Amino acid sequence: MNNSSIELPAKINRLPAPPKSGRWIMPGLGLFQGLMVAGRNMVESYYKKERMTTIQYPEQRAPISPNFRNFPFLCYDKEPVAGLRCTACSICENECPPKCIYIVLDRDENGKSLKRPKVFDIDISVCMNCGICAEVCPFDSIYMDGEYELSNDDRFGGLLLGLDRLSKSAEYHMQLRPEEATAVLARRKADEEKKAAAQAAKEAKAKADKEAKEKAAAEAQAATEQKGDSV
Amino acid sequence: MIFTPVQSASFPQVTLETLPLLPKTLVEFLLGWVGAPEWLVYVAGFIATAGTVVGVFLGAFALLSLVERKTLARIQNRLGPNRAGWFGILQPVADGIKMLTKEDIVPAKAEWLLHLAAPVLIVVPPILALGVIPYGREWTPVPMELGLLFFFATGTLTEIAVFMAGWASGSKFPMLGAMRAISQMVSYELPLVISALGVIMVTGSLSLPDIVGKQAGFHLGFIPAWNLFTPWGLSAGIIFYIASIAEANRCPFDLPEGESEIVAGHMTEYSGFKYALFFMGEYLGLFAIAGLGITLFLGGWQAPLPGLGFVPSWIWFFAKLAVVIMSYLWIRGTFPRVRIDQLMRFAWLCMIPMALVTIPAAGIWTLLRANGHGAFAWLVTVPLLVFPWIVLTIIYNRRLAPATRKYTFAE
Repeated sequence: MNNSSIELPAKINRLPAPPKSGRWIMPGLGLFQGLMVAGRNMVESYYKKERMTTIQYPEQRAPISPNFRNFPFLCYDKEPVAGLRCTACSICENECPPKCIYIVLDRDENGKSLKRPKVFDIDISVCMNCGICAEVCPFDSIYMDGEYELSNDDRFGGLLLGLDRLSKSAEYHMQLRPEEATAVLARRKADEEKKAAAQAAKEAKAKADKEAKEKAAAEAQAATEQKGDSV
Repeated sequence: MIFTPVQSASFPQVTLETLPLLPKTLVEFLLGWVGAPEWLVYVAGFIATAGTVVGVFLGAFALLSLVERKTLARIQNRLGPNRAGWFGILQPVADGIKMLTKEDIVPAKAEWLLHLAAPVLIVVPPILALGVIPYGREWTPVPMELGLLFFFATGTLTEIAVFMAGWASGSKFPMLGAMRAISQMVSYELPLVISALGVIMVTGSLSLPDIVGKQAGFHLGFIPAWNLFTPWGLSAGIIFYIASIAEANRCPFDLPEGESEIVAGHMTEYSGFKYALFFMGEYLGLFAIAGLGITLFLGGWQAPLPGLGFVPSWIWFFAKLAVVIMSYLWIRGTFPRVRIDQLMRFAWLCMIPMALVTIPAAGIWTLLRANGHGAFAWLVTVPLLVFPWIVLTIIYNRRLAPATRKYTFAE
């Protein structure tokens, strides 16, 4: 170890003696000042609310900060499990560093994807609260939760959260982190409107095309009829 | 079998003043009524007296263990225990149950007999000492001619118990704690006893009821004639107070059990009810030393203002005890623990010289007042006490102040 940067003192320093100002200060005065501070602390603790910062936990709870991020949950808009935003795309499953997410895609009898999870498990005994799943989700489905009372006497089953315990409403998300949830909802609404508009435009175009086709066909028929007439 | 029935078997009158004597009178009356022999009545009466004192102070111990935690909590702006019962009133019961049901561990290297005897012995001296204190006009459990001497003699037994605990535990921290405790107690016993000497000189008696009786009356009609309100009494009282804190091993002189330094001192290797006994001994010792201080300097059971004589005298004693104990708690909540060198230096270079000065002051005071020179007594004794104090504090501050070390590497 290189101690060359530290200069050793020639002798152990003593703090300078009290100033010889000629004014004699009563020794022990500091003790009384200290006692007054402690006494004021005690007396004021009985009537000043801001002094008593203790939150008596099981009965009282501190409000959770929007920045509080615990284990993930899945967001739904209307109905609990069936209405999840999740499409079982498995991006979070792949990105999860400790691999605590397990997803099985739901399929119909023909083997066609129903774009929803059949199984969605998060093992919170493995999860390390990194929040990468929430970051990578393109469907605004997975977010970090604010719940912290997750202790359980079942070491395995109790800490493996399934779809029923994971799915929470958009209102819950709104309560938990209003700013983020509002932005997400606005974006989703805009997306939906855009989609609807695109759909409408497509339909309109299809209709127009159809009409045009019909018109053309009608015109063609009329033309042949005219021809026939003329013939 | 020969029975010598007690003749006066009429039930004695009980007033509020003699209420603490009720167990004794009741036992004596009942035994006399059934015709028990005289010696049995005598012994049973004493047992009832002792039982009253022990019962009262064990109750006070339970209450203090809660009040102390609540007060300290409030000083630190916390709530303190409030779960067991209404405002935590059942906390001492919960603590007691916890202590009783804990495992009693005796270390393999401990000398088990001494290890067992130490916590038992540590409770004995405070209870013995509590026996001689006059709690009320009628209520002195054991009225003893040499009460003060008895008090100090039994008080020293505590040191033996502490050293027994430290030695018998067969471990390093208890040993260190016990050695600290011995050096501290021996050092502070001196100013404690010397500051009490002035009271003995003025009273001319070692009997504690006499000392209280001498402090009756009022100066100028409203200042109680307690020893504290004399120049030498104030000086001796302050010294007695500081020394009593050290004797009771309380903060800021709680070096023997300094948690941050030597775990719990001599109590390190104790658990369960033996540990509780140490606490009990400590708190009972606190009550005893505070009670003695009240007896010597604060007028014992005398009322603080004229015209308050109708209140039972023992209520005044316990009110004063509560105030003194609260001041101990206040000090505990305020000051950090002193270092061992500061502690020793303070005892030998400040407390003992100042305590010695109070002896001639008390002597001059008595002499001049006995000859009718009341004002002159003030004129002589005040400078006699203040001048050495100023000189001592100047020396203490300039040359003999504890070395305030500057930690070069911490900056």
